[in-house]
Amino acid sequence: MNLFIDNKSGSPIYDQIFTQMKSHILTGVLPEGALLPSIRALAKDLRISVITTKRAYDELEREGYIYGVAGKGFFVAKRNPSLVYEEGLRKIEEYLQHAVFLAAECGLSKNDLHDMLKILTEEDHRS
Amino acid sequence: MDAIVVKNLRKEYAGFTLRDCSLTLPAGCVMGLIGENGAGKSTVIRCLLHMIERTAGDIFLLGKNIDDKDFDSVKESVGVVLDEAMFPPVIHARQLNRILKNSYKNWEETLYFSYLKKFSLPEKLPFSKYSKGMKMKLSIAAALSHRAKLLILDEATSGLDPVVRDEILDIFNDFTRENDCSILISSHIVSDLEKICDYIAFLHQGELLCCEEKDRLLEKYGLIHCTKADFSAIPAEAVIGKKESPYGIEALVLREKISADLAVSPVGIEDIFLYFVKFGK
Repeated sequence: MNLFIDNKSGSPIYDQIFTQMKSHILTGVLPEGALLPSIRALAKDLRISVITTKRAYDELEREGYIYGVAGKGFFVAKRNPSLVYEEGLRKIEEYLQHAVFLAAECGLSKNDLHDMLKILTEEDHRS
Repeated sequence: MDAIVVKNLRKEYAGFTLRDCSLTLPAGCVMGLIGENGAGKSTVIRCLLHMIERTAGDIFLLGKNIDDKDFDSVKESVGVVLDEAMFPPVIHARQLNRILKNSYKNWEETLYFSYLKKFSLPEKLPFSKYSKGMKMKLSIAAALSHRAKLLILDEATSGLDPVVRDEILDIFNDFTRENDCSILISSHIVSDLEKICDYIAFLHQGELLCCEEKDRLLEKYGLIHCTKADFSAIPAEAVIGKKESPYGIEALVLREKISADLAVSPVGIEDIFLYFVKFGK
């Protein structure tokens, strides 16, 4: 599993861990039942604070991605496919909403926006 | 258990008072003490180590009140490195091993010699012939070799080059993450503290300005760059401090009090401290 911490990005470190772990879980890099590194071990290897690491794990646990077993550690929870799908939809809507907002600000027409999306999705397929 | 608890510590000198300093360092964490020269960092550390008598307040190290009669039993578990190394000038590292072996119950000879090797310290050169950096490294090696649960370091990394400092920070990192040990470290070199600390405490003119989790500090504050007109629209309670030039304003702000359309850039511990003490309102 890869985790990258960027101190300069401005996004909170716990959030960086949370987001990356979540995506590893959703994409199956971390399969159901997998044991996560202990909080101390992860903090040590990434050279970050224990408290921050704990915060990321707490957040993951609260959202149901992992669960803790006293004395054993944290495990990846059973994946709920509809939850994954919903999360994806929610995100897409959010980004599109943002794009629509920006387009209006720049005075871009609806057609221009459609074209842009078309080009982007075609490029995406090629790559 | 908390490694250090300080409650309303007060120390009065002629011309300087350390006022109502309260802080808590949980076990397994690193706390950095930041402050300008004369802010009171060394005063706090000297009070903790009972090197000077405080005027008021309570201090607990590893759960034990330092005024307790049996506090000496805890001393064994506290490693100390002060800004000036204090070994006798004529002895060398090998002899120091013999002395410390007889003073500490938990002295680990092999660990001590492995640190000597790691820091490339000559074993038979008298202490007085050591350079400043070597003296510091020897003190750190000694402090790490008696299975301390708490390390207290006063300006321990100053005088060392960046490579060695980074090595030592790595050792400190392992020390706290693996063994649940704790460190209180004071330094001018804020970037070092920023690298390893879980908590940051700002001292300024004998007053503790804040003592907070480092990552929370970095999340809480940000820098904005804007024109005077834009600046006047920002609520006053959001601004911690500002730097003005003919070309614009740079200000440290509380992120949560700033409207979303203003670009807030991330800020380091050093800048946060500067804005607190130098450009504060």
